[in-house]
Amino acid sequence: MTTTDVLPTPAPSGAVPPALELRGLRKSFTTPAGTVRAVDGLDLTIRPGEVVAFLGPNGAGKTTTIDMVLGLARPDEGSVRVLGLDPAAAIAAGRVSAVMQTGGLLKDLTVRETLALTASFFGSAHDVDDVLVRAGLTDAADRRVGSCSGGQQQRLRFGLALLPDPDLLILDEPTTGMDVGGRRDFWNAIRADAARGRTIVFATHYLEEADAYADRVVLVSHGRVVADGSAAQVKSLASGRVVSAAFRDGAPSDAALAALPGVTEVERRGERVLLRTTASDDVARHLLTRTDATEVEITALGLEDAFLALTGDTTATTTSGSTR
Amino acid sequence: MSTLTATTTAPAAVTARPRARLLQPVYLRTELRRLLRNRRTVIFTLVMPPVFFLLFGTQREYLDQSVGNGNVTAYVMISMALYGAILATTSGGASVSIERAQGWSRQLRLTPLRPAAYVLTKVAVAMVLGLASILVTLVAGLARGAEISTTALVWSVVLAWAGSAVFAAFGLFMGYLLPAENVMQVLGPVLALLSFAGGLFMPLGDGVFATIARFIPTYGLAEIVRAPLTGGDVSVWAVVNVVAWAAVFVGGAVWRFRLDTARV
Repeated sequence: MTTTDVLPTPAPSGAVPPALELRGLRKSFTTPAGTVRAVDGLDLTIRPGEVVAFLGPNGAGKTTTIDMVLGLARPDEGSVRVLGLDPAAAIAAGRVSAVMQTGGLLKDLTVRETLALTASFFGSAHDVDDVLVRAGLTDAADRRVGSCSGGQQQRLRFGLALLPDPDLLILDEPTTGMDVGGRRDFWNAIRADAARGRTIVFATHYLEEADAYADRVVLVSHGRVVADGSAAQVKSLASGRVVSAAFRDGAPSDAALAALPGVTEVERRGERVLLRTTASDDVARHLLTRTDATEVEITALGLEDAFLALTGDTTATTTSGSTR
Repeated sequence: MSTLTATTTAPAAVTARPRARLLQPVYLRTELRRLLRNRRTVIFTLVMPPVFFLLFGTQREYLDQSVGNGNVTAYVMISMALYGAILATTSGGASVSIERAQGWSRQLRLTPLRPAAYVLTKVAVAMVLGLASILVTLVAGLARGAEISTTALVWSVVLAWAGSAVFAAFGLFMGYLLPAENVMQVLGPVLALLSFAGGLFMPLGDGVFATIARFIPTYGLAEIVRAPLTGGDVSVWAVVNVVAWAAVFVGGAVWRFRLDTARV
C-alpha cells in the first residue's frame, strides 16, 4: 500500500481480484482411443490490464482451458475465478466475453441483426453502431453473415464480444484461417481496444503473434504452463543454436558432451552429434581444438524450433485441425 | 481503467446480478424474421399441407358426403391442418439441432440468455408457425367447399394448435438427440409415416392397422381434433395416447436439454 493512492476508497491489497485465477486445473476426455488429459494441473494468475498470450501447439489444452474459464466445460479438479467470480456469474454479468475460433453465427442474419440481437441479451442499451465502427464492420453491416468473408465473420465475433463492454476479453486462436491482410486488420482492432485498459487473453500457436501483441506470454504444453514471462524472456529461453559435428573415430560420451558450455540437449544421428547450446561459439571452439570433430556446423534455431524446444512437442507442426 | 472498474463493481455484481428475463421480445422477433427467410421451411409447412388438401380432399363425392357437423372435404381439411401444424412445430423444435451444429447455442452460452429462454423462444416460434400452417389450410379448405359448423371449426383449430405443442416437444427431443445438421430430412418422412400409421391421412377401419394405430403418436391427436367435426365421442385410447406421448417427448426433451446445458 502506498500513501499516494488516488482511489476514492483506498483498497487494501488483495481487494482487487485477479482478472483470471486458475488453480490446479485438470480436465480429461474419454475417447475411443483412451483417456486424454487435456489440462493437467494448470495454475495461472492474470492481473487486470494485462495483455497475455496463451501460447502452445495444437492439443496443448488451450481451448479446453478457455472452455473452463467461460463455464462451457466443468473442470475435473481445481478452481476457476474470473474477476473474483464464478465463470457463469461473470458471463451473466457481462464481465467476461470471448471470441471463439469458428462457428457460433447464424448465417441467415445480417451483421447488424446479429449484433442487435446479442445486445438485447445483455439487457442494457449498448450502441450497436459504435461496435460496428470499433470492429471495422460499418461496410458489412447489412450483409448476411453467410456471405461475409472469414475475416469479417471473425470481426463480427469480436464485435459481439465487445457488446457487454467486458473487463476481460478472451480470444481463442482468433486469426485461424485469415489471410495476412485480415490478420493485420484484426490485430489492429484488438490493439486499439487493448489501449483502453481492457484485460486481454488470447490463445495462439503463432509465436510471432504472441511476440507482437502480448505483454506477457504463457507457454502451455500438455496441459501445463511450461514458461511464463515477457515475450522477450520467453524468446530468450528458447534462444540458442545447434552445433553439430561428425566424429569418425567415436564421439565423446554423452556426459562429456552435456558438460560443454551451455549445452541443453545432446542428440546422435549416426556419426554426427547435435548439441543444442546457448554458447555455440564456445562449444564450436572446444570441439575444433580439443577433439577430433570434423565438419562442424552452427545453425540458429528458427522461431518454430525454439517453440518446439520449449514445448517439447515434436508433433506440433504436423497436427492440424481440431484443437480441443 | 479496468482496475478501478473491478474495484467498484465486483461486490455489486455478486449480490445484485439481475436474472435475465425468460421472455425475449427482440429474440422472438428476430427468430420470426429468420423463419420467413427460410424458403424450405415455408414450402414444407405452409405450402405442402394445403396442396395435399387440394389433391386429396376436393373430389366431388367428398363435397356431398356428410360426416356429422360437416362434409368429408372438411374432414380432410382438418386432418391436413393438423398435419401441417405437426410438421411446423416439429421443424421449429428440431431447429435446435442446426443451431447446435453451427455453434450458435455455444455462442448463446456466452451471453446472459438463459437456456430456458432459448427453448421457450424456439417453442413460441414453432407454435406461431404451426398456427400459420393451420390457417393456410383452412383458407384453402373453406375456399374449396369444405363445410363445417363454426363451433366445430373453432374447436378443431384450437385443439389442433394446442395439440401440436406435443410435436414441438418431439422436435426439440429429436433436435437435441440427433447430431445431424439436416434433422428435418429424417423427420419429414418419419412424420408422413406416423401420419399414415396413426390414421391421420385416412381412416383405418377396424383391422390390425387400427389396433396398431392406437400406439402411434399421431393417433390420439387426430381423433381428438376431428371429434368436434364428426360429433363422435373421444375414446379413452385417444386421451391416453396423447398424454403418454406428450410425457415421453417432454421428458425426453428436458432430459437431453439438461445434458446439453451441462456439457456444451
